[in-house]
Amino acid sequence: MSRNASGVAVELSDLTRLYGSTKALDGLTLHIEPGELVALLGPSGCGKTTALRILAGLDEATSGTVSVGGVDVSGVPASKRDMGMVFQAYSLFPHLTVLDNVAFGLKMRGKAKQDRTSRAADMLDLVGLTAHTHKYASELSGGQQQRVALARALAIQPRVLLLDEPLSALDAKVRTQLRDEIRRVQLEVGTTTLFVTHDQEEALAVADRVGVMSQGRLEQLAAPAELYANPATPFVADFVGLNNKVPAQVSGGRAVLLGVSVPALAGSVSSGAGLAMVRPESVTLTADRAGTSSVSSASFLGAISRVTVAMPDGSLINAQMASSVARAFAPGDPVTVGIEPGGVLVVAT
Amino acid sequence: MRGAVRAGLWVMFGLFFLFPLYAMADFSTRNLIAGGRTGQAWSNLVTDDALYQSIVVSLLLAVFTVVAMLVLLVPTMIWVRLRAPWAKGLIEFLCLLPLTIPALVIVVGLRNVYLWVTYLLGESALTLTFVYVVVVLPFAYRAIDAALSSIDLQTLSEAARSLGAGWTTTIARVVVPNIWSGILSAAFISIAVVLGEYTIASLSGYETLQVQIVLIGKSDGPTSVAASLATLLFGFVLLLILSLVTRGQRSRRSRGIEPGVTP
Repeated sequence: MSRNASGVAVELSDLTRLYGSTKALDGLTLHIEPGELVALLGPSGCGKTTALRILAGLDEATSGTVSVGGVDVSGVPASKRDMGMVFQAYSLFPHLTVLDNVAFGLKMRGKAKQDRTSRAADMLDLVGLTAHTHKYASELSGGQQQRVALARALAIQPRVLLLDEPLSALDAKVRTQLRDEIRRVQLEVGTTTLFVTHDQEEALAVADRVGVMSQGRLEQLAAPAELYANPATPFVADFVGLNNKVPAQVSGGRAVLLGVSVPALAGSVSSGAGLAMVRPESVTLTADRAGTSSVSSASFLGAISRVTVAMPDGSLINAQMASSVARAFAPGDPVTVGIEPGGVLVVAT
Repeated sequence: MRGAVRAGLWVMFGLFFLFPLYAMADFSTRNLIAGGRTGQAWSNLVTDDALYQSIVVSLLLAVFTVVAMLVLLVPTMIWVRLRAPWAKGLIEFLCLLPLTIPALVIVVGLRNVYLWVTYLLGESALTLTFVYVVVVLPFAYRAIDAALSSIDLQTLSEAARSLGAGWTTTIARVVVPNIWSGILSAAFISIAVVLGEYTIASLSGYETLQVQIVLIGKSDGPTSVAASLATLLFGFVLLLILSLVTRGQRSRRSRGIEPGVTP
């Protein structure tokens, strides 16, 4: 965890936001520890950006409160909230140089020119862009622009750093590099951070805790590993990672599926038939001439491969394994399907 | 072959536009009584008191109109785009409306309003500022609207506010510098419209440059033509400055490289 004494706690309490008859937020409550990086993850329209904008003061909640450092800031305008923000769209001021962009917030705070130049230079050094100080935004790549935006947001020493899908406009390689850089910088400065994204890999990679949102509500808030291993709701299980839905029988806290008995996770149906959410990496395949299932297709994804198997009832199940192992399976091969002994979430059919 | 056609077209259009100007310059420097050349008509532009006063009035009208138009239109258009996008169509309709109303109708329609204006502010040609602001709205609206459409107004203003800038600072230090070419376009076009406006000023009984040019033209042709040519040249200079400024901005923006490619 990145807990740092310099950060402040953030509390969103029972936030609701109505747009006409549409509920963008439906009683969202979220507590962020000082210095913590929390990622809000969810599909488009789930309310994650609305929550961030309300925290930033760029939108108003219909009801509920926002507290920063124990103080209710619900009525404080965005310009007085002391929050640094990096936007999804490129937001550098086109008429200013990189240095002037980073120093803008300090100028608004009445800092002397020498102080703000020095601070801006330090921030550009932090994001590795010292060589681009006197360039304009139009002379930078997308990745560089977002790094400058990060430096600009941090230059004002914000109480909270808000990242609104800052990587979504970038290509895959740059996205990964910048993602790691954001995490490095956040750990270095220790600012409490809310990161909004629809990319589960991004959220799981950078956050101390990940909150999965759906229809304006927080479905689950947990550490990445916990969220992945023990999804609290079918939506979380489905959204975080590709899942197979396999028929199962539950009784006495255990689920039986594919002939294997495994623990049923909290939130599962208490007894009877249901559908178990099984991750592809938990599915095992054994080459077996007597097997009643057969390989339908195999997709090479680099270090790993995904093998799709047709079950006797005609349903399909995905298995994920190392490509070196997957080479043994070809379409049409008879196989036996099993699952690794771990907990599964079983939902009602 | 293509080059020759192009050169021919250039010459043709050049003659079409320049010949009248040449004719005006020729006429305004001709000594109609003694023959030969004289600069008397041009020196009258500053020595003829009535003409000089009308030039001052028209220039002041242009300045006041531009200032009032910008103060009225720029914050309104920014506000509508950010906070009341539903009103954009209404504002556009209102701004373009003067294009469809003949100047004569505007004068008749404003007669009652101007009774109050003259009662409160006195009989001054500068009160034409109010009606000129309305007349230039369609041209100014289009120029500013195009400039605002070329930037991500919402993101830039939100970024400025999140960094501690209030609304006034956001507009003055972030939005305006990025729509500067549109503001210049609106200002220069408005100046050209005000300096060329005759109907409303004449019907309202005020002596602006255009009204004075027509009056002088009845007794002193060369001075009248000199004033017209000076106005035209002033307009050309403004358009030239506009062209150079916008070209400078375009080249600065196009220097950039494609975003999202390298870290």
